[in-house]
Amino acid sequence: MNRQILHLFALTLVLFGVLIAFTSRWSVFEAESLNDNALNRRGLLEQQKAPRGLILARDGRTVIAQSDPVGRGEARVYVRRYPEGSTFGHPVGYSYITIGESALERSRNDALTGDLDEFGTIFRELQSRAREGDDVVTALDPDAQRQAIDLLADRKGSIVALEPATGRVRVSASTPGYDPNTVDDPAVFAALNDPDNTERELVNRAVQTNYPPGSTFKVVTAAAALDSGEVTPDSILDGSSPQEVSGVPLANAGGVSYGPVTLTTALTNSVNTVFARLGEQVGERTLVEYMERFGFYQDPQLDYPEDEMTASGVRNADGRLVTSGFDVGRVAIGQGGAEGQIQVTPLQMAEVAAAVANGGKLIRPRLTERIVAKDGRVEEDIEPAQQSQVMKPRTAQQLTEMMASVVNEGTGTAAALSGVSVAGKTGTAEVSNGLANQVWFIGFAPVESPRYAIAVTLEDQPVGSSGGVDAAPLAAQVLQTLLEGS
Amino acid sequence: MSARTRELFGLLPVSLLVCAGFAAVLVAQSQEVSDLTVTYGAVFLGLCVAGHVFIRLRLPDADPYLYPLAALLAAFGLVMIYRIDAELAREQAQWFVIGLVLFCATIYLLPDHHVLERYRYTIAAVGIALLVLPRLPIIGAQVNGAFLAVKLGPIQFQPAEFAKLAIIVFLASYLRDTREVLVRARLTPLTPVATGLLYGIPAALFVLVLVALDLEPAVAVLLGIFTLSVVTLVRERPSLKHFGPLLLIWGAAMLMLVVIRDLGSSLMFFGAFLALLYVATARLSIVGVGATLFFGGAALLAGAVGHVQSRIDTWLDPFDRELYEAPGGSFQIAQSLFAQADGGLFGQGFGQALLELPDGARIIPAAHTDLIYAVITDELGLFGASGLILVYLLFVARGFKTALLASDGFSKLLATGLTAVFALQVFVIVGGVTKVIPLTGVTLPFVSYGGSSILANMVLLALLLIVSDHGRRDRVRAGTGGLV
Repeated sequence: MNRQILHLFALTLVLFGVLIAFTSRWSVFEAESLNDNALNRRGLLEQQKAPRGLILARDGRTVIAQSDPVGRGEARVYVRRYPEGSTFGHPVGYSYITIGESALERSRNDALTGDLDEFGTIFRELQSRAREGDDVVTALDPDAQRQAIDLLADRKGSIVALEPATGRVRVSASTPGYDPNTVDDPAVFAALNDPDNTERELVNRAVQTNYPPGSTFKVVTAAAALDSGEVTPDSILDGSSPQEVSGVPLANAGGVSYGPVTLTTALTNSVNTVFARLGEQVGERTLVEYMERFGFYQDPQLDYPEDEMTASGVRNADGRLVTSGFDVGRVAIGQGGAEGQIQVTPLQMAEVAAAVANGGKLIRPRLTERIVAKDGRVEEDIEPAQQSQVMKPRTAQQLTEMMASVVNEGTGTAAALSGVSVAGKTGTAEVSNGLANQVWFIGFAPVESPRYAIAVTLEDQPVGSSGGVDAAPLAAQVLQTLLEGS
Repeated sequence: MSARTRELFGLLPVSLLVCAGFAAVLVAQSQEVSDLTVTYGAVFLGLCVAGHVFIRLRLPDADPYLYPLAALLAAFGLVMIYRIDAELAREQAQWFVIGLVLFCATIYLLPDHHVLERYRYTIAAVGIALLVLPRLPIIGAQVNGAFLAVKLGPIQFQPAEFAKLAIIVFLASYLRDTREVLVRARLTPLTPVATGLLYGIPAALFVLVLVALDLEPAVAVLLGIFTLSVVTLVRERPSLKHFGPLLLIWGAAMLMLVVIRDLGSSLMFFGAFLALLYVATARLSIVGVGATLFFGGAALLAGAVGHVQSRIDTWLDPFDRELYEAPGGSFQIAQSLFAQADGGLFGQGFGQALLELPDGARIIPAAHTDLIYAVITDELGLFGASGLILVYLLFVARGFKTALLASDGFSKLLATGLTAVFALQVFVIVGGVTKVIPLTGVTLPFVSYGGSSILANMVLLALLLIVSDHGRRDRVRAGTGGLV
């Protein structure tokens, strides 16, 4: 019988081996997918047990998000509160056990929860430190952000301001907003997500909505044309109107026919026919190449959840990005045809202005300035990182002068500030079959050594509205606040 | 060093573990170490030493490792239960004391386990009666669809835990008697033609059935093994009359599935039965017939017993939202897997795993009984859980060693059966928690909370030690030596 007993023992070895194998399967090999399982609420529950880190404005004092304790003892949990209400609702987002996280609360979740890897956790336990989240200091300027929200008032739109040299996002405003303090209320959340809700308050228009850029896109066309050597700012071009583009007549704003004009004059007065011809001259290949350098055709490289952002570029009727086969002349002036329309996010247009302002060098946009541990130690300082060299510094310089002329004597005079020179470009795109306008202003200041770049856009403005009249003043005020503040 | 001294030294790490474990849990819960931890450790060590002294007096030659290993498991269980619920741990400690008394009583009242052979049919009857008890009106109680518990006023106990001992004792003594006649090797060399026919016809039939019915792979494999086993068995022409009781046991196991509606305990009982049958007869063919009959029967019955079927469905697809939200659905197994994923390689640490929701509800159902292994993996990680399995493996190894050293058939079969049923119980519950097999309500021996479980396993330990003492004493007297 002894042989059979040994066989049984061998079988036990195998069976227990299977137990260990399956335990390791769940605890190690498939742990990640189990942790991500939608039915698994452990992560959120555990995060609630420890206070999340604070989210602060640029000044390091203004609290945007904090965790307040609720209950006592074992049952104590922390609930997120947002003292600034809807002002920072879009860039910062929310974090609740029921509806999860969004925006910066989501992209910086690991830092905010103090989530470490396996060995980091053990190290922390050996030091018998409690689990605690780090604070996230954002680049957002509280005064300018509040002002931007106030300026947008009850209109739908967005204002984005960046530091061209560092990529720090100083303002990221989007209206209409929502109050992150109440968004976890099931009734409120359901109403916000109702497909019939045309306000779409949860959408962060700064990074998530595609708009026609109108004439602000001429900056991209000009950059491509100048940098590829097709023209110089002083090249004389035909500004007569109308002209045939892709077989269909194209007219200037108000039907004004300019005759021969320099490129600078054409940008200053936003002459459609000149830029449409220029677009055809440059060709869609070169134009797309420069767009890609500016960051089009990919999600913005922002520290923000990727699925909460939208790429800019030429989109066909199905909404898909296309890089060829479109009406390059009309795309060059910020419009398009049946084969593809140029569609952009406000952040993308702010990046266009920033790249010009920064000598042609595009710096990755960043919402976070640094991550600070509870004991004051700086865990991570977000250093500026170059995304691309969009154009030669000389091209950027030429473009800067041309854009300064727009504000000095062209369509963008409403963006001028006293004592500080501003460069910019206006845009007005017809939407809803000409029944409404999308108005734009992009620009930067001061011209001599740019410190802030900005993009302002408003949705569904009445016929007769324009970027120069309706968007440019908003840009001027926000720029003024930013320049005074620092 | 004598066996008993080794046993005493074996208890040292156990008491250290109790102290360290309680300290860790207390620190995690209240951020302070009180002298309570030392008190708990000292009391536990005192009890263990008392048990040890008793063994020293009554069973001086018994295996020196079984007792400390059981104490280690019990200590570990106490710490885990204390971490889950301090009140339950107090109760468990009381059960442990009662279990220790029962342990000593068993050793005291049963100086020679061969006495059991005389009462084998009485014991078998008691075993069956115990199994049926939960189905009786008034005292029977249904837990999660299975009939495993009996309620007598405030006391609730699980008779199956005791029934397993009774059935093993019966089988060991029955098989000791019949193993010789059960399969007599009456092999006469067959002519090649006869061999061809013997294997060829069933093989042809099997292929025919396979093609005609278009069976599922699992069913086909089952049928294949069954056919092969039957043919091999038939070739030896066993005496059919002795198979009567064995068929009875198969019928009993099937009935158990219907009566107590628990796949896990049925698997445990029947598995132990097959293990004993294999050791007694040395015929894999019998095991093959038995196992295929069991799984075939179980598969057929599962369809009829809704509760068993739903257990299998939730096992196959625990993350199906509908099953997850159904009452008695896959919530339990899904939470078990989530808890293990949370543990990772090293675990969250004693007292650190998430057990309670903010509203006070438990996130892991039955954390102190069925799913305690999931909590252990959560807190101690893969390493801790593997360590626990290794302790069980050591216990099982010593159990089989006892069987190897025993000098007579009954002792060998008894030790094998007790060890096999113990190992299978570990496999059934840990396998259920880790989704190797469908999850069923069986306790983790010595670790899970539960009076019946502790008491029954203490008796199991006592029986093993009695067998071991006899076997080793005979060897020591005979001067064979070489004992470990």
